[in-house]
Amino acid sequence: MEMPTPKPEIIARKAELIKRLHEVMPKDAVISDPSETRVYECDALTAYKCAPLLAVLPSSTKEVSDALRICHEMGVPVVPRGSGTSLAGGALPTADSVILGVARLSDVLETDYDNRFIKVQTGRTNLSVTGAVEENGFFYAPDPSSQLACAIAGNIAMNSGGAHCLKYGVTTNNLMGVTMVLMDGTVTEIGGTFLDAEGLDLLGLICGSEGQLGVVTEATLRILHKPEGARPVLIGFDSNEVAGACVSDIIKAGVLPVAIEFMDRPCIEATEDFAKAGYPMCEALLIVEVEGSDAEIDEQLALIEEIARRHNPVELRQSRSAEESAKIWLGRKSAFGAMGQINDYMCLDGTIPVSELPHVLRRIGEMSREFGLDVANVFHAGDGNMHPLILFDANKPGDLELCEDLGAEILKLCVEVGGCLTGEHGVGIEKRDLMTHQYAPADLEAQMAVKDVFDAKWLLNPAKVFPLLSSDSHRDAAA
Amino acid sequence: MLTPKTEDDLARIVAEAEAPLRIQGGGTRPIGMPTNGTVLSTSALSGIELYDPGSLTLVARAGTPVAEIETALDAEGQRLAFEPMDHRGLLGTTGTPTIGGVAAANVSGPRRIQSGAARDFMLGVRFVDGRGQIIKNGGRVMKNVTGYDLVKLMAGSYGTLGVLTEISLKVLPKPRATGVMLIEGLSDDRAVTALSRALGSPFEVSGAAHLQKGQDGAPVTMIRLEGFESSVAYRAGELGKSLADFGEFTLETDPERTAAGWAHIRDVVPFQGRDGDVWRLSVKPSDAPGVVASLSGAEAFYDWGGGLIWLLAPEGSGVNARSIRAAVAKVGGHATLIRGTPSQGAFQPLSPAVAALQDGLRRKFDPRQILNPGLMTEGQAA
Repeated sequence: MEMPTPKPEIIARKAELIKRLHEVMPKDAVISDPSETRVYECDALTAYKCAPLLAVLPSSTKEVSDALRICHEMGVPVVPRGSGTSLAGGALPTADSVILGVARLSDVLETDYDNRFIKVQTGRTNLSVTGAVEENGFFYAPDPSSQLACAIAGNIAMNSGGAHCLKYGVTTNNLMGVTMVLMDGTVTEIGGTFLDAEGLDLLGLICGSEGQLGVVTEATLRILHKPEGARPVLIGFDSNEVAGACVSDIIKAGVLPVAIEFMDRPCIEATEDFAKAGYPMCEALLIVEVEGSDAEIDEQLALIEEIARRHNPVELRQSRSAEESAKIWLGRKSAFGAMGQINDYMCLDGTIPVSELPHVLRRIGEMSREFGLDVANVFHAGDGNMHPLILFDANKPGDLELCEDLGAEILKLCVEVGGCLTGEHGVGIEKRDLMTHQYAPADLEAQMAVKDVFDAKWLLNPAKVFPLLSSDSHRDAAA
Repeated sequence: MLTPKTEDDLARIVAEAEAPLRIQGGGTRPIGMPTNGTVLSTSALSGIELYDPGSLTLVARAGTPVAEIETALDAEGQRLAFEPMDHRGLLGTTGTPTIGGVAAANVSGPRRIQSGAARDFMLGVRFVDGRGQIIKNGGRVMKNVTGYDLVKLMAGSYGTLGVLTEISLKVLPKPRATGVMLIEGLSDDRAVTALSRALGSPFEVSGAAHLQKGQDGAPVTMIRLEGFESSVAYRAGELGKSLADFGEFTLETDPERTAAGWAHIRDVVPFQGRDGDVWRLSVKPSDAPGVVASLSGAEAFYDWGGGLIWLLAPEGSGVNARSIRAAVAKVGGHATLIRGTPSQGAFQPLSPAVAALQDGLRRKFDPRQILNPGLMTEGQAA
């Protein structure tokens, strides 16, 4: 993975940078000892590592602004970091960059149930946003699998999704306002406690910009009252393709479950060992969840089961208790971790039109055999967001490269059938060089023009999202 | 009027333009500062290019009539969940509303409170920027974080960043039944409190409006529920219990009457054909009654649980841009002049930092400032 060469002249000014940062924030908020910066050398894409020049952990918007202003004046690249759970290398530093972590910004600033929002500092974890309002029966809808650890700052940067976004949308659909600090230290307020931000939709632009446009320090998020109840049904099939066809039929029939999740045999086996959720052993499993009162759930599930029966399921079983439902979801959300315990893997994130599921699942099976690498599938089927896990052996020379090649082929297939490279994990460094398969040069130029406006010196997370060859001229012009 | 029949022709026209262009879909929504220049219409770029009900997606060229899309969706039991407003009645325009116009103005209706705005259902766009370059962003899948989200940026940019040529949309199944809970006689304050309680319940309210004057002159408050018939009945019952302290609600389930009731709100029928400026205010719902009370002389009704205020300010009422901007500035939110002559600008004043970003974006996307220049000019800050 190519990254821009660190600039020796920046590294040479480390002492001066530390001195200036100490003037605007407490000493313990500036981490420069190489033994302590090591925790910031990678995120959840652990194949790539690099220690940053230093890390700062500001405790207020003012400190974020001061730190960015100083780095801007000294021409130092800044890599914003939420909780470091990015699977795409979004928080991977370079040796001449400062990691700006928002971990100390974790307060709830305001909760308002009448108007259904919560205002938080963005270092707060996704799950603890719900934690702050669940006593009153409310929740924050986007629920990425890493929700126990991942920060709202990272959710906004990557426009994170989750299992339940078929009904509730992703981060961008639940974000009402932000306080965002630009690279030069300017503090901006966009949107607020009302719907649809004023003027151009900068809120929509910021969400998913991978920390390249600004550092969001505070966010106003929409909260919803929890449904009266929810119940998943497990539907097992003897082939991936049939399961895929069933998903499309459920959606066409006019019922919109809150989630439709898919797991194939390798994932079912790995997660069952781990979570003991009582998954049936079969080739392909759908977890379909609906919400409402008991009677409403019965009515929706009856319809879904009627559709499923047309596809000859080998298993059809509703959850019988809240505990069982919790286990079913625990199994699904720990699928990546469970797979990781038995194998090295690379997780893809391409999205395809739902009606293409049977075709794409068949092609992935064929490609897996051609490359001689196993592929496990666990993903959000309802919205076509696939997560093929390519299994490889990190200790076997050439296996990582082979795995990356297969990954690229699968993602190209997603684009070919009308889909995209990444549905919720982001581009980061991982899919950076595949961007030209989805976008023409003018399409990428238009996106980079946005960065020119927000960060004219290209200092914020500069080597991400765009192929280095495409962004060279922008970064050079800014230098 | 220029009416290119292909995207390439449109791109050529923009590239070769030497003077400002007025970008138009069906020409039914003349909102913002009037701009000079030759009209560039997308009306001949028309037609549904792809409709995949099993993937809940539809792709249409920008000039496609909204009605054509709605007919196609209806045949498969689906719909545009964001319920776009038809501005013709309010603005006294003729012509055919297009999907490009809906996207360019981010036009949403009552269901915005539950399902989201037009921008939330836009999956991808193709557009021609101010240099005449054809650009695509997003795609036709429901989840997509591949690069920056220029789709949202284009939504509601009123043709000032580019001319939309194609839109991909997420569509949703139509519910089998609709019920509207109605109660008369509530004050604005009480009504918004009731609506907040309904929206903060688990019962999935998809519309929440309050009219100071209903059809028989008395205030009426409306709560919409959609879904299976038995579910609508159940939720109406539960909500009725939870809102019992406001009085007894009646439940209307006649499909034609419920549809007409919400079209009345969506299309701002109460202010159609009446004199005065019409403003659209977005505020925090609980602030809304106070904002309206401070603007006495104007007539108002509320959508989005109170968060959307439609305001009719007749001449001589003493309610004007200045007083409206001041009232909104006090609580936070934004106000747009939808009908009337903007003396300065129709749009919400911006902070200097945000204005600088928006100006920077316009200069990048339209360096010669030829696409609807000045249309989104902001009003004067209070």
